[in-house]
Amino acid sequence: MEPLRSHTGRCLPLRRSNVDTDQIIPSEYCRSVRRTGYADALFARWRTDPDFVLEQPERAGATVLLAGAHFATGSSREHAVWALRDWGVAAVIAPSFGDIFCRNALKNGLLAVALPDRAVASLLERAERDAAFETTLDLVECRVSAGEQSWAFDIDARARRLLLAGHDDITATLTRQDAIARHERTRPHWLPALTPGSALFPTEQS
Amino acid sequence: MSGAPATIIDKLWRDAVVCTEPDGPDLLYVDLHLVHEATSPQAFEGLRLSGRTVRRPDLTLAVEDHNVPTDSLTVSDALSREQLEALRRNCADHGIALFPHGHRRQGVVHVVGPELGLVQPGMTVVCGDSHTSTHGAFGALAFGVGTSDVEHVLATQTVAVQKPRTMLVEFSGSPTDGVTAKDLMLALITQIGANGAHGHIVEYRGDAVRSLSMESRMTMCNLSVEAGARAGLIAPDETTFAYLSDRPGSPAGPAREEAVAHWRALTSDPGAVFDRTVTVDVSGLTPWVTWGTNPGQAVPLAGTVPDPAAFTDPDERAAARRALDYMDLAPGTPMREIGIDTVFIGSCTNGRLDDLRAAAEVLRGRRVLDGVRVLVVPGSMDVRVRAEREGLHEVFADAGAEWRLPGCSMCLGMNTDRLPGRQRCASTSNRNYEGRQGPRARTHLVSPAIAAATAVTGRLALPADLP
Ligand code: SF4
Repeated sequence: MEPLRSHTGRCLPLRRSNVDTDQIIPSEYCRSVRRTGYADALFARWRTDPDFVLEQPERAGATVLLAGAHFATGSSREHAVWALRDWGVAAVIAPSFGDIFCRNALKNGLLAVALPDRAVASLLERAERDAAFETTLDLVECRVSAGEQSWAFDIDARARRLLLAGHDDITATLTRQDAIARHERTRPHWLPALTPGSALFPTEQS
Repeated sequence: MSGAPATIIDKLWRDAVVCTEPDGPDLLYVDLHLVHEATSPQAFEGLRLSGRTVRRPDLTLAVEDHNVPTDSLTVSDALSREQLEALRRNCADHGIALFPHGHRRQGVVHVVGPELGLVQPGMTVVCGDSHTSTHGAFGALAFGVGTSDVEHVLATQTVAVQKPRTMLVEFSGSPTDGVTAKDLMLALITQIGANGAHGHIVEYRGDAVRSLSMESRMTMCNLSVEAGARAGLIAPDETTFAYLSDRPGSPAGPAREEAVAHWRALTSDPGAVFDRTVTVDVSGLTPWVTWGTNPGQAVPLAGTVPDPAAFTDPDERAAARRALDYMDLAPGTPMREIGIDTVFIGSCTNGRLDDLRAAAEVLRGRRVLDGVRVLVVPGSMDVRVRAEREGLHEVFADAGAEWRLPGCSMCLGMNTDRLPGRQRCASTSNRNYEGRQGPRARTHLVSPAIAAATAVTGRLALPADLP
């Protein structure tokens, strides 16, 4: 992964709270086995409305989605992140997020940043008025800035470190193999395992 | 070890930690990784691209559930077939146990794991599915993750997480007869909001919880995620130990005694402090039903559709307006007057044997109203077989309901089990989101007995309403 230090882009104001992942991408679009190709599925049910923010010609090329509280709660489908990214969204700013979405987003380099209600309200207002309005998310300083205003944000420290360095999550964890093996040796002996040949392991017949 | 009183959440967490990362999160060991076809193909593909292997295939169990047809064993949809075939290939390549469509142990992932005795107190369980919280019913630490984490778990058998805050939910008082775990949870979620437990792991307590069967406890913990919680759990007790005897995966002989002694210690110490405590008074509680488009928009079935103007929080008011518009409901309408087109009985929330028994008891000797479609989808093949041994399939068939094969089915509408048009459904599942059961579908979440009574009258109804 390329290191990610900051992102600047024009905004997509979506003044709606409780946008769950079923709305970001309905389940029938989650049957693909691929990690890409979800751009058309993003907000599929709302895209038929020509007034929907993604359909407005002046929003073409905008990359920072602004949304209401509890964005992307619900299903764990990472397809929601892939769909946002495939459409061209690089960052989402909302007062709060579904936990699993937040993890999924940062693992894919999509900046999901929570700001206080008032900050999001101010950004939404300005973005609705002005399609050219730009916002910057700075991962080094942990700040969102727009014009003369700026706000600090909290972000998962490990995810931030990996993004700044462009490091892969699994590679980082694999440096802990000794600790993992040590823990494995202390697990209670009665814990279940699905070992091939054991009664639990399925065969063609049973 | 420090002598400060610890919550069960602290104890489970402490036991699962492999090491703590310098910048905060803990690396947790995963004792059981549940996998299904919808959120795993990209994870296996990632492993392949990076030349990695599965660290512990023996701690991994795969099932086919989200995408499988429930009316036949033939998968006619090409995309669904591709996804199922990918899972079969991946499991064969990596030596992972898989229960495919049609196998006698296949079913919804959160039904299959527990019924095999694979989920035990003290374990850490993850799955690429938000309702993994179900397994907290056993006093396990269980939470859902996305596909990147699935790949991470496959490769390392761990997951790196910042410890969530702890929350105690105490149900006080005794509800009325016929009230289920689902009703308790709808009452809780309405009280604290659909994101009211955000950032927390919840321990559920109270007499109303203790008296629940394991199956009902699973229903309760399953719905934790609808309260926005990371996970929810119930301390293990005799009910848990009894459930875990004689299951293929549960310990037997001397190992069982050792295990039970260990399990008994998995409770919150007296005086242990939670970051947050919520009390829900359930004295006199009656069955609940949702009116809106999130699980926190619910009322007693004997109640009426609320007036958005009555919500003081502007966000909630706007959400209620939007929900009523989508649901096509007017404030003040008695819930009992709401007509239903389809009834769905199933899912990892309410697709277990007890749930089917409760529905069958209501339908026995009665007929589904003409024009109402009723799908009964057992949570697993095992549930289906046991239900058939009791003759429940005949009760459903005689009443005019469809007796289907196990799968997620209309819970998420991923395959053809989807509501057409603006149909209204009484559903025993867990999400009444816009478009969840079909592009314009309208969902009312209910418990199995309410679903069955509703099937008979064609309107939301209590079993006691039936002639
Ligand atoms: S039954 Fe519904 S909630 Fe449960 S795993 Fe399947 S889709 Fe998810």
